Amino acid sequence: MTESVRLNRGSSDVAVIGGGLVGLCIALGIQRQGQQVTVYDEGDIALRASRGNFGLVWVQGKGDNLPAYARITRLSAKLWGGLAEDLTQHTGIDIQLQQRGGLFVCLSESELNSRQQMLEKMAAEHPQGYPFDVLDLQQLRELIPEIGPEVAGATWGPEDGHVNPLYLMRALVSRFELLGGKLVSAGQVRNIISQQSQFVLQSEQGDFSCNKVVLAAGLGNKYLGPMVGIDAPVFPNRGQVLIAERVRPFLNYPTGHVRQTEEGTVQCGDSKEDVGFDTGTTTDVLAQIAHRATTMFPLLKDVNLIRSWGALRIMTPDGNPIYQQSEQYPGAYLVTCHSGVTLAAAHSGPIADWIATGSTDHAIDLEKFHGSRFKF
Amino acid sequence: MAADLSFNRLPCNERAEIEITVEGQTVIALEGETVAAAVMYAGLRPTRTTPVSGSGRAPYCMMGVCFECLMNIDGKPNTQACMTEVHKGMVISVQQGAREVGGDSI
Repeated sequence: MTESVRLNRGSSDVAVIGGGLVGLCIALGIQRQGQQVTVYDEGDIALRASRGNFGLVWVQGKGDNLPAYARITRLSAKLWGGLAEDLTQHTGIDIQLQQRGGLFVCLSESELNSRQQMLEKMAAEHPQGYPFDVLDLQQLRELIPEIGPEVAGATWGPEDGHVNPLYLMRALVSRFELLGGKLVSAGQVRNIISQQSQFVLQSEQGDFSCNKVVLAAGLGNKYLGPMVGIDAPVFPNRGQVLIAERVRPFLNYPTGHVRQTEEGTVQCGDSKEDVGFDTGTTTDVLAQIAHRATTMFPLLKDVNLIRSWGALRIMTPDGNPIYQQSEQYPGAYLVTCHSGVTLAAAHSGPIADWIATGSTDHAIDLEKFHGSRFKF
Repeated sequence: MAADLSFNRLPCNERAEIEITVEGQTVIALEGETVAAAVMYAGLRPTRTTPVSGSGRAPYCMMGVCFECLMNIDGKPNTQACMTEVHKGMVISVQQGAREVGGDSI
């Protein structure tokens, strides 16, 4: 940190491009280390994956093709309680975190079997243990009496949970600003120039300088990455969500397809479509989601649907995150993932620490998340 | 239930009177009017309580947009009173908080 940087208007120690859950968590973690962080948000023209997601803090099945991803997911789930406590204590916002375990409900025996095999394979890769259970319909009914008769069973993950992602956004912004962080609606960052161990961000709202820059712009990382010598082959994958009216609580655990919020709203989702940058909804996919939800919980047939939306996941070719510092421009970092809620505590903890201090937590195997893995 | 004098039925709307039941009491409504209009005129407040804080609400937009008028109408919870026409013998009650599903209350 030099004196001139402090005096320079529109400058900060660290600039984070992207004001979604990923960017805010990293910004909060670095700000907590005492460094001046500014988050540059594109504004409402952005694709806003953070505003469209399902709100699961989900462990089971994550990282079945990369044990390091399973480990960082579990680490984040373990750190989540502390993050929630910190946010609620300082902002007064209850983000409605529940980590009582979660269920992945399967409609057929073959679906249940293949899921069991996947989790057994994961357990074999994790010598310290990988907790899960396979429940038949009768065992599942003990947890959720309202489960439908055509359900085959479910897999149970004791580390799973859920949260209200919109309150989480609000709490993160509030906590970040309370710590002195700045949030700027900058429009699109058009260019990043590296000069004299600083970076200059050229945006629609003018130029901003910083010592370090973190790209956390979701799908925008694809074009921002090359400006700092990082290739981020991310692409959109659409998920559609159906929202039902508020009803009295009947579902004590989140499932991969249906969850009930603390206010009683029922969310149904988990579609996956490759449709480019289209955030729309389609009747056929919504019908499939509704069909699965009412098979899982027949009582939902009576419930009114009030809203639906489409949102774009940020996917890499193997589905796993990229955490990378530029070799060409040290001080420039890229972070991308499609699980901004689950990984929130890892991002505001060890990932932010890595960017702020350069020290890496050996538990997170950073080298496994380098983008060079896609070059083979 | 005493009629609420802040709401007047306009003379251009003369229609047959029908009996409906609101919160267990017999109320006179006009054929063709909405449940929201009938219960407002009858002086019923609140017509629902919210699922989150439990505070009272009453019909507001009267055109199907705001969902403040949700009531339990003929055994069907969370029904928009402003979008439902009254009929003879209709049974209406206040929607208390979030509706129950799958229970005995429906």
